[in-house]
Amino acid sequence: MTRKQLKQIIAFNFFRLVSLMVVCILFIILGFIMLKGIKVINWEFLTAMPKDGMTGGGIFPAIVGTLCLIAGSMIFAFPIGVMSAIYMNEYLKESFLKKFIRTMTNNLAGIPSIVFGLFGMALFVNTLKFGDSIIAGSLTLGLMVLPVIIRTTEEALKSVDDSLRIGSYALGATRLQTISKVVIPVAMPNILTGLILSIGRVSGETAPILFTVAAYFLPKLPSGIFDQVMALPYHLYVLTTSGTNMEQARPMAYGTAFVLIMIVLILNLLANLIRRIAGKKTKMN
Amino acid sequence: MKPVKRIIEKTAKGVLFTSSMVTSVTVLLVVIFLFREGIGLFNQTSVEKHLVIAVNSANRVSALSSTEVKSIFNQDITNWKEVGGDDIEIAPKTIDDMASLFTEEELGEGFKNLAILIEKYVEENPGVIASIPESYLKKEFKGKLIPLKKISVREFLTGTEWIPTAHPAAVFGAWPLILGTLWVSLGAILLALPIGLITAIYMAEVAGQRLRNILKPVIELLSGIPSVVYGFFGLVVLVPLIQKLFKLDVGETALAGSIVLAIMALPTIITIAEDAIRTTPRALKEASLALGASHFQTLLKVTIPYAKSGIIAAIILGIGRAVGETMAVLMVTGNASVVPHTFLEPVRTIPATIAAELGEAPFGGTHFKALFALGIILFIMTFIFNTLVSTVKTRKP
Repeated sequence: MTRKQLKQIIAFNFFRLVSLMVVCILFIILGFIMLKGIKVINWEFLTAMPKDGMTGGGIFPAIVGTLCLIAGSMIFAFPIGVMSAIYMNEYLKESFLKKFIRTMTNNLAGIPSIVFGLFGMALFVNTLKFGDSIIAGSLTLGLMVLPVIIRTTEEALKSVDDSLRIGSYALGATRLQTISKVVIPVAMPNILTGLILSIGRVSGETAPILFTVAAYFLPKLPSGIFDQVMALPYHLYVLTTSGTNMEQARPMAYGTAFVLIMIVLILNLLANLIRRIAGKKTKMN
Repeated sequence: MKPVKRIIEKTAKGVLFTSSMVTSVTVLLVVIFLFREGIGLFNQTSVEKHLVIAVNSANRVSALSSTEVKSIFNQDITNWKEVGGDDIEIAPKTIDDMASLFTEEELGEGFKNLAILIEKYVEENPGVIASIPESYLKKEFKGKLIPLKKISVREFLTGTEWIPTAHPAAVFGAWPLILGTLWVSLGAILLALPIGLITAIYMAEVAGQRLRNILKPVIELLSGIPSVVYGFFGLVVLVPLIQKLFKLDVGETALAGSIVLAIMALPTIITIAEDAIRTTPRALKEASLALGASHFQTLLKVTIPYAKSGIIAAIILGIGRAVGETMAVLMVTGNASVVPHTFLEPVRTIPATIAAELGEAPFGGTHFKALFALGIILFIMTFIFNTLVSTVKTRKP
């Protein structure tokens, strides 16, 4: 064996070790929270109101709150994001306008989540007088994940073969018909993957909702879009850092972290599943 | 084409165009709202509202800045000549100090004589400086009311103290927060970079399909875990560990923040660097191999140099992520707003400060505006990183 080969073997094995370390990091974090959290999970924890200064009861209002925020932000951000991507990919040629929109979308993606919080508070809560409400929080979160939706949808549209478009035009279809009947159906699985990923992002974000919607303790369900709600990530933050009896609240925190992790896991699984099914379908065609 | 169809096509195009403008408009609005609130800070003083600062009428000092007022009442400045006056010892008095100087009889019922007594006291003592509520100020006050300088940009950026609740003048020095942010982020990058790059190289060039199939979802999951969960993990696992390992009083340190941020920055660095490494043309690599170079040599001498700009982009983007991260850092760094000296001290970052304090800052007040001004700094920092990334990326190797 030459020195050259020996060097390579050592180096590549070292590389493998480091990569496996990354895998280990994930499993340590997931494993730790799951082992500690699973003990707390039961039907009551998931469906009851918190009680005894948040050291007992459940996290039902936080779960409902997070679902409200997911629904609220997606109702508004998903169509806009998809339409924006369609316009960029199907209508615009490489031009100044396209470059401009892309740069702005990248800039939006780069804005830190806490700055979104500041912005959401200044615009939706104070200027538009929504107050701390589901609608203010949803709009803030929606604007934040817009770039994610746009980017994934654009990728999905790009992966649609041009021959399909040309075939559709050749049959006399208009641009709109081609997009709605040919391009979008083919790109749909990948677009949905983007939707799922952004739901994951929305469900875990804390900084943007701190000052736009999140309630510290509110043991009732919202009755409209101008109500405040509790939310899972903020609830976890409150339980770990600012409760009056943090030691007793620890199990509740583990449980909440467990639920958050499960949401992420399930969404990721779902996204992969859709991707795989879609992959098979295109192969069959 | 039928006219109805044409109208539908036109309308659809209009709607699509409008949606595509939403991101641009949002960026614009973010800038407008940040600056509208944040710039207001430099238009006022940080001395509490309804307070006036009174001195003896013979005092030659023409104006004081908020920082000077705070230093005087902290007794960091003890002589008037330090702020441009005569060589007289300063006697700072708050309204409570004033009231305790006199007996209840002198003060009268409901402090009705206090205003007169204050005026008299200020006139009799050449070194006195008093912070008094306007309501306790006598009409045609004989002493001198010192005008207060507005907070300057320089004072804000280079001030080394951040004490928003100081009395009678709050201090807003962002320097320790800026440094804290940079320290924690740079620490994170130093930790994440070697691991991230090696993993990226391994995934792109060395790993077999089976290992890649494990690594890809692992990295996706790492990037999907909410930051508050990372913070929670850091708080219950890392912080006690660091405390024990280094025998510290508190485990909430810059180091804890850096480690948590490093884990969070890994997916960004790995994904972008891997993409960059993959762009190296096969022909280049094969030419190198044909010349007798080993796979590893090709990697070091051909692939990585070719992917250099993409790798740099990964690094910058990683730093950008770390700089803006809020919750995890807020939970593990201890949030002491002091200029950091080692990684084993508590620090406080800009995002953590905003998250922790905005809830308590009265709407529209100086503190509120100072937090928005911090937001501007953060926005500018990340904007610079983003611009750097796109310039690096578009540069041809």
